Amino acid sequence: MSRPETFPDPIRKEALGLLARAPSGRLAQLLPELPEHDLLRAPEIGTVMVRGRAGGTGAAFNLGEKTVTRASVRLPSGTVGHGYVQGRDKGHALRAALIDAMAQQDAARVEERILAPLRDEEVARRKAVATEAAATRVEFFTLVRGEDE
Amino acid sequence: MYVAVKGGERAIDAAHAWLDRSRRGPVDQPVLDTAQIRDQMGLAVTRVMAEGSLYDPDLAALAIKQACGDLIEAIFLIRAYRTTLPRFGASIPIDTAAMRLKRRVSATFKDAPGGQILGPTFDYTHRLLDFRLMADGELPTEPLAEGGETESAATPHVLSFLNRDGLIEDAAPDETPPADLTREPMELPADRTLRLQALARGDEGFLLGLAYSTQRGYARNHAFVGELRIGMVAVEMDIPELGFAIEIGEIEVTECETVNQFKGSRSEPAQFTRGYGLTFGQTERKALAMALVDRALRWEELGEEDQGAPAQDQEFVLSHCDNIQATGFLEHIKLPHYVDFQAELELVRRLRAGLSDQDEDAA
Repeated sequence: MSRPETFPDPIRKEALGLLARAPSGRLAQLLPELPEHDLLRAPEIGTVMVRGRAGGTGAAFNLGEKTVTRASVRLPSGTVGHGYVQGRDKGHALRAALIDAMAQQDAARVEERILAPLRDEEVARRKAVATEAAATRVEFFTLVRGEDE
Repeated sequence: MYVAVKGGERAIDAAHAWLDRSRRGPVDQPVLDTAQIRDQMGLAVTRVMAEGSLYDPDLAALAIKQACGDLIEAIFLIRAYRTTLPRFGASIPIDTAAMRLKRRVSATFKDAPGGQILGPTFDYTHRLLDFRLMADGELPTEPLAEGGETESAATPHVLSFLNRDGLIEDAAPDETPPADLTREPMELPADRTLRLQALARGDEGFLLGLAYSTQRGYARNHAFVGELRIGMVAVEMDIPELGFAIEIGEIEVTECETVNQFKGSRSEPAQFTRGYGLTFGQTERKALAMALVDRALRWEELGEEDQGAPAQDQEFVLSHCDNIQATGFLEHIKLPHYVDFQAELELVRRLRAGLSDQDEDAA
């Protein structure tokens, strides 16, 4: 499979995933005022074809599309940020791109103000589901039947 | 031949206005919010996403509201909307082994490593109407038991244990870009990847009937549910401007893997075969039906006999499983066909006239 050769930046990669999955309303709370910026790509709604694999591990096939919104921005300093987020909220994509750019300038501040709360909330949401699931975990056992003698 | 008819604009406007009012219902009742549909009619929403072939719970809820709960009409709305959007690309194939599980059961191994999780299931309910729901009664809202371990690591597929011992056919990765029936018309015979795309967006009822037919003996393939799992998976895509892949979101999917009758010969040791179902959302009846039909359609590559069963006939299955194509063609016959029918009527009249002439001649 052809994959871009650029080395992924693991911190930036994790942050972009976190921003993509975050509830858009929550991002708007964490970044109410948009910093000054130029739009390199105005927020755009589109789709991505989601692929699966036959048998879970085999040949790739097209499962269906999902909605995605993307945007690219440049801060006055020249730093460029990109956002690709799930759903159709243009403000969500724009904020994700801005936060991506801001994090390249002042990673510690963005981590503390935005990414850390998003991560904590996501962990809590996932934990709540995992707790519900764990409560339905079952131990099946088979009974010895008389005729098995 | 089709001939346009004109007229009826006023009646059509009035019909649509009545539709809007009947959707709303009595105004002394609170209006149904799309967020309520999304969150409280979740299984209708996931069916619309699966067969509409577009994952977006908010849009699916809107479509259900607009369609007054007619799910095929809602799917139609989603399919139509999808065509208006540009496509940014295709994801890296999702990794279902890394799914964050909400449900995972196996009908073949009671002690499947990773355990069995029932999740929010209708299984084991008594199918008695619960009048508390009508009376707006309070239902349990908290988990009943203390959850054990909650940070679940990736749970390997049950069938991977069989695969390790060579007891089931391998599903080896293949990175060939799959054909896409939403881009090029489907050509038959279709390979398995194209068939899986068609089945994933196919009508649940149609696939359920076909799957049931295989169980009743029309190309029986002895399916066991090796594993059924529902949960969230990350969707990753390569982003050219970044130069690496990122998660662009997460989706809920249902995956069903069946273990089917084995094949083997003098030279090859006996081995179980596989059927596969994968669908958006919590749609386990659909995923299960998909797996059985997928397996039935694989008869040729597995060297099985053509029993002439409907579920083995890919022309039949793939050409008729799409409920939007089907309903479009079915429902168009209720629209005006006055000129076609006039022609038929004339023909029947002429035939009858000719026959009575003959009768007179004979007399």
